[in-house]
Amino acid sequence: MTQTLSPTVPDTEQRLAMHRMMLEIRFFEEVWTRLFNAGKTGPGHSSIGMEAIAAAFGVQLRPGDSTYATYRGHAHTLARGVPMKGTMAELLGRGTGINGGKGGSMHLTSVEHGMMGSYAIIGAHLPIAAGTALAAKYLGKDDVTVCFFGDGTTNIGAFHEALNLAAIWDLPVVYVCENNHYMEYTPISEVTAVPRPAADRASAYGLEPIVVDGNDADAMYDVAQAAIAKARSGGGPSLIEALTYRHLGHASSDPGKYRPEDEVASWIQRDPIPAYRQRLLDAGVAEEALEAMAQESRAMAEEAATFAVDSPVPDVRNLDKNVWADGGSSWRR
Amino acid sequence: MAEMTYRSAVTRAIRQEMLHDDRVFLIGEDVAKAGGVFKTTGGLLDEFGPGRVMDTPISEQAIIGAAMGAASAGLRPIAEIMFADFVLVTQDIVANQIAKARYMTDGQLTLPLVIRFGSGGGLRFGAQHSQSVENWMMMIPGLKVVAPSTPEDLIGLFAAAVRDPDPVMFIEHKGLLSSKGEVPDGEIVDELGKAKVVRPGRDATIVALGMMVHRALEAAEQLSGQGLEVEVIDVRSLVPLDVTTILESVRRTGCLFTVEENPRLCGWGAEIVSIAIEEAFEHIDGAPIRITTPHIPLAHAGVLEDAAIPSVDRIIETVAKQLL
Repeated sequence: MTQTLSPTVPDTEQRLAMHRMMLEIRFFEEVWTRLFNAGKTGPGHSSIGMEAIAAAFGVQLRPGDSTYATYRGHAHTLARGVPMKGTMAELLGRGTGINGGKGGSMHLTSVEHGMMGSYAIIGAHLPIAAGTALAAKYLGKDDVTVCFFGDGTTNIGAFHEALNLAAIWDLPVVYVCENNHYMEYTPISEVTAVPRPAADRASAYGLEPIVVDGNDADAMYDVAQAAIAKARSGGGPSLIEALTYRHLGHASSDPGKYRPEDEVASWIQRDPIPAYRQRLLDAGVAEEALEAMAQESRAMAEEAATFAVDSPVPDVRNLDKNVWADGGSSWRR
Repeated sequence: MAEMTYRSAVTRAIRQEMLHDDRVFLIGEDVAKAGGVFKTTGGLLDEFGPGRVMDTPISEQAIIGAAMGAASAGLRPIAEIMFADFVLVTQDIVANQIAKARYMTDGQLTLPLVIRFGSGGGLRFGAQHSQSVENWMMMIPGLKVVAPSTPEDLIGLFAAAVRDPDPVMFIEHKGLLSSKGEVPDGEIVDELGKAKVVRPGRDATIVALGMMVHRALEAAEQLSGQGLEVEVIDVRSLVPLDVTTILESVRRTGCLFTVEENPRLCGWGAEIVSIAIEEAFEHIDGAPIRITTPHIPLAHAGVLEDAAIPSVDRIIETVAKQLL
C-alpha cells in the first residue's frame, strides 16, 4: 500500500456513523437481492463487500458537495443520505421512486442530496464531474465533487480526458477508483498494461499515486479526508485507487463463476463490515450498541422494501413529462 | 443597422450573451488565445478574461462533459466543437447523457447549455470535415437543434439558445462565414421554433436550411423569370420545428420541396414531407420532392463535391420539371 498522506483517525462518532452507513447499505443490498430473486425488481449491480468506500466519503461530504457514481451506485446514493424508501421504490420501478420510476438502478439521482447521478456508460461521468467542480471554482464556492468509478473505467478515453482537464485546471474533484479486480467478467490485470489500473496512471496527470485498502473503513476515511480537504482548499484533484471486491457477480443475474473459489473465499474473509465491528468492539464500543445498530439498519431496509412493494407504479400520464424544462415533450410549434 | 459577416455575427452573439449573463462562459479548443479556428471568437479572451474564455486540450468528451456538469450546477456554458464532424467523438455524452438527463431524473437536472460547431460542405475539406450533422442531433429526444442562415438570425437565435433552459445544438455553417447581411444595432434576441418565410410565392413551397436557404432563394429568383413564384421558408430551427408556418405555406401553394445538404436517408426533409402528407394531404397537388445530397460521403475534389451538394441549377431543374 502506498499512503503518502498523513493519517487521520476518525473519532468515535464518525466511526459509528461509518459503521451504520455500511450496515444500511449491506442490508439494503441484501433485501434488494432477495426481491430480485423473487422476481419483484429488474436487474442491477450490488455493492456488497465494497461498502467502506462509499461510507468513508459519505460521512465526510457536506451539503453543496456533489457525488457521481456508476451503475453500481446504490451504495453511493444511500451514503449521501438519500432515503432508503425512495431509493428502493426507484429500483422497483415505482412512482414513489427518487427518479419517478424513469431512472432505475443504473440512474439513481437525488440532486437535493448532492447525488448528481449514477451513470451507466463507462467513463462518461468523469468529465461531467469535472464540470461541477469547474462550476464550484467559477462561482467561488468551496464545494467538492467526488466521482466514483470502477477499475474497468481506467481503460476508456474519457478517464484520461477528465483527469487531464481536472489537473490542468486544479479542479476541486476527487476521483475514486473502486478496484474490485474485475471489469465485468475479465480480471482487470489481464487487460491493463500496469498493475495498478488507476494509481499507475496518476503520474501521467501530475497526481500522487494513492492506493488504499478499500475494505478498511478507517484507512478509507483517512485518504478521503485528505483528498476532500485538498480539493476544498484549492489544492486541486486527487485520484484514489481503493482495493476491494464484490461478493456477488457483476450484475444481479451473474453468479460470478469466472472467479476462483479460493479468491472469493479470501475476500469474504476480508469483508469490511465484520472487521470493522471487531475494531469498534476492541475500541470499547458496547456490543449491544452495535447489535442495536444492525437491527435498526435491517429494519429500515425491510421497511423500504415494504414501502416499495406497496407503492403504486408510475402514472402513465408521466410518460411524456420532463423531456424539456417546460415539463413536456413537444418538439413542434 | 450595419452590414456584418456571419463570422463577425458569431463573435457578436457570444459577446452579447456573455455581457448579458455572468454565468455564461465559452469553452473549447483554440477559442481563447487563437480566437477560434474559424476566427469566430477573437477578442473575447481580452474582454472577458481566462476565467470565462477557456482554451481546452483536444478532449471533446472532456469539453462536453464539463459543459454538462457546469450547466447542472447552474452555469450556462457555450461549448465549441470546432468541426461538426467531431461531435461524434462526444456523442455518448451528447446523446446518452445530456439529452436524457432531464428525463431519466424526472426533471431533477436542468442543462442550459449550447454546443456550437462549424458544419457543412463546399470548402473542399473532404468527408470528415464537411458533414451536415443536424439529422444526427434531431433524432435524439432531449436536444434542440438550430441552424441560422444569416448574420441577424445567427445573433438572435444564438441568444435564444443560450437563454433557453434546455440543451441546444447550434449549427454554424462554415460556407456562410464570409457571407454578409444587414444587422440591427443593439441587443437581438430571437425565438427558437420559428421558421421564416424569406421569399413569398404562390406556386410552390421550398423548405431549406443553412446554406441551402441561399441556394433556394437564388433558384426562386431565376424561376421567377420563368413565371414560377416559389415561396422559400428558412426552417432555422429543426427542434422545435415550426410545423405551423410550413403547413400554412404548403396548404396555400399545394406543392412542397425540401432542399437538404445532408445525404438522402433520414434527412430532416423526410420528416417534414411526412408531416405534410399526414396533415395537409388534401391540399397537396403532386408528390413532395426532396432535393438532397446523394447517399454518399462528400468528396474532396471540387467538381465531385459540387456535384453532390444540391446546387441552384439542380433546384431549378427539379422544381421546373415538376411544375412546368
